[in-house]
Amino acid sequence: MNKVIEVENLTRAYGDFKAVDNISFDVKKGEIFGFLGANGAGKTTAMKMLTGILEPTSGKGKVAGFDIKTQRNQLKYKIGYMSQKFSLYEDLTLKENVKFYGGIYGLDNKTIVERTNLMIERLGLENIEDTLISEIPLGWKQKIAFSVATIHQPEIVFLDEPTSGVDPITRRQFWDLIYQATEEGITVFVTTHYMDEAEYCDRISMMVQGRIEAMGTLEELLTKHNAKDMNEVFLKLAR
Amino acid sequence: MFRKIRHIIEKEFKQIFRNKTMVGLIFGMPVLQLFILSYAADFEVKNINIFIQDNDKSPTSTELIQKISSSDYFDIKDVDTYKNGLSLVEKNKADVILSIPQDFGKKINTGNKTTIAITLDAINGSKAGVTQNYLQNIILQFSKEKLNEKIKIDVIPGIDLINRNWYNPTLDYKVFMVPGILVLLITMISLFLSSMNIVREKEVGTIEQLNVTPIKKGEFIIGKLLPFVVLGIAEFTIGLLIATLWFHTPIEGSLLLLYIFTIVYLTLILGMGMFISTFTDTQQQAMFIAWFFSVIFILMSGLFTPIESMPDWAQIVSDFNPIKYYVDVMRLVMLKGSSFANVSYQFIIIVIYSIVLNALAVLNYRKTSG
Repeated sequence: MNKVIEVENLTRAYGDFKAVDNISFDVKKGEIFGFLGANGAGKTTAMKMLTGILEPTSGKGKVAGFDIKTQRNQLKYKIGYMSQKFSLYEDLTLKENVKFYGGIYGLDNKTIVERTNLMIERLGLENIEDTLISEIPLGWKQKIAFSVATIHQPEIVFLDEPTSGVDPITRRQFWDLIYQATEEGITVFVTTHYMDEAEYCDRISMMVQGRIEAMGTLEELLTKHNAKDMNEVFLKLAR
Repeated sequence: MFRKIRHIIEKEFKQIFRNKTMVGLIFGMPVLQLFILSYAADFEVKNINIFIQDNDKSPTSTELIQKISSSDYFDIKDVDTYKNGLSLVEKNKADVILSIPQDFGKKINTGNKTTIAITLDAINGSKAGVTQNYLQNIILQFSKEKLNEKIKIDVIPGIDLINRNWYNPTLDYKVFMVPGILVLLITMISLFLSSMNIVREKEVGTIEQLNVTPIKKGEFIIGKLLPFVVLGIAEFTIGLLIATLWFHTPIEGSLLLLYIFTIVYLTLILGMGMFISTFTDTQQQAMFIAWFFSVIFILMSGLFTPIESMPDWAQIVSDFNPIKYYVDVMRLVMLKGSSFANVSYQFIIIVIYSIVLNALAVLNYRKTSG
């Protein structure tokens, strides 16, 4: 299997403090890679370096075959990103948001219309396609944000805490969307601090204070740390 | 590339016109300000309150008082013999005291020299200066007449000055002020809107999403700038219509030249706003910085006070003031009918200034944090 993310000794320091401390890992094509850790463990910092919006202090990384330091612009066509902070324009409608983001990825109008219709049909959003985002409930917004982040059909989509603050049912639905994306061959890199969401991932890495303390499939981690769920693994590692 | 820019422009326009309050402010406020400021910013001093301390009470002194009261500029508050009127000045009820001495009439009629005292409230220096001028003119005129009566000849040798005011023959301050106030309004609206624009995306968090897209810095800035150029031109057109139709301000020069200059000037102001936007984190910060610069630029632009009367250091500072050049050009082209050749110096400076500020904005806008 080919690797779509390769990271070697990646570090990001702010003065003496190392937000990300010498991490190395690979992600295979089509995988759901869970990036777990407590708040402030360095997940977002790592993700920002991988998406080319933060300069690494040292180390190397390649995403979709492009260097995260020197080939940022090519890299950006290949990735989608959904930030922790809600990133749709509240004063634009659903359709207008999709059109804008599709447009700045260079899609032509015909493609934008096709993909918008497909997305509206898939998510069952016919009633709210011309509604302002500000009037749409949070759970819906997050699904829309995910679809907007993948409108240009990227190779990899980075999701930063996509499910924080939504109810369990919406979370479940959101993960269905993620599965759908992987079926289309999109690799998913997702950070979360909900340990139970680890079950949904093919592989998990556990970050504690800037370092990757454990990595593997769910079973591997449970056996290795002799735990019954990820919460226990987390508590053992974080101690 | 152009497709991407087009998408940004489309999005910006939608956002601007969706916010009904903002649209009202963008178009309503300047129109209102143009009316209020043009009528209020009148440098002519009228309704000067004068207190006359008449110690003479002779027919001659009464004649002088009548002369003063018949001018449009003075309101006679009180005429009294003993009160010295200082208390009226202290209470802000009089602006000037004219003291006529006891033997005023007698000395004039016998051909002797006499003195009159003018005491001015000089808190507002320029008003005091104008008041003194008016009063001196009246008194000189009066003494000339008296002298003529005395020597009984009609022709006195000397030079009479005749003034003619070119380009603004009736010395109407509104004609002079309207082009300048138009500049002020376009500057403020454009600077405020553009300075708060990128910051707003930072505040809401959408900038992060934009930064992971392959959009280039230049495309982003151009896409953000163009809608405001269009808005600025619309604003300018409305202002110009009001100026000509309501205030009857002449447009002696080329309308095309006015528009070309305005477009270049708008790119300068918007570039400055974008630059402010790149180094601030909140709309509040951007607003304060934009306010700081617009106040300094406006007060030092020669709009309300002539630059020639500023101290040397301030004149040097005003050379870096973009508004100064725009005010100059607007007045020159509108009132004097200057051609491009006459304003090419200002044009070149504005172009250079605009290139520098826009370059700074593009360079300072970081898609990566480092």
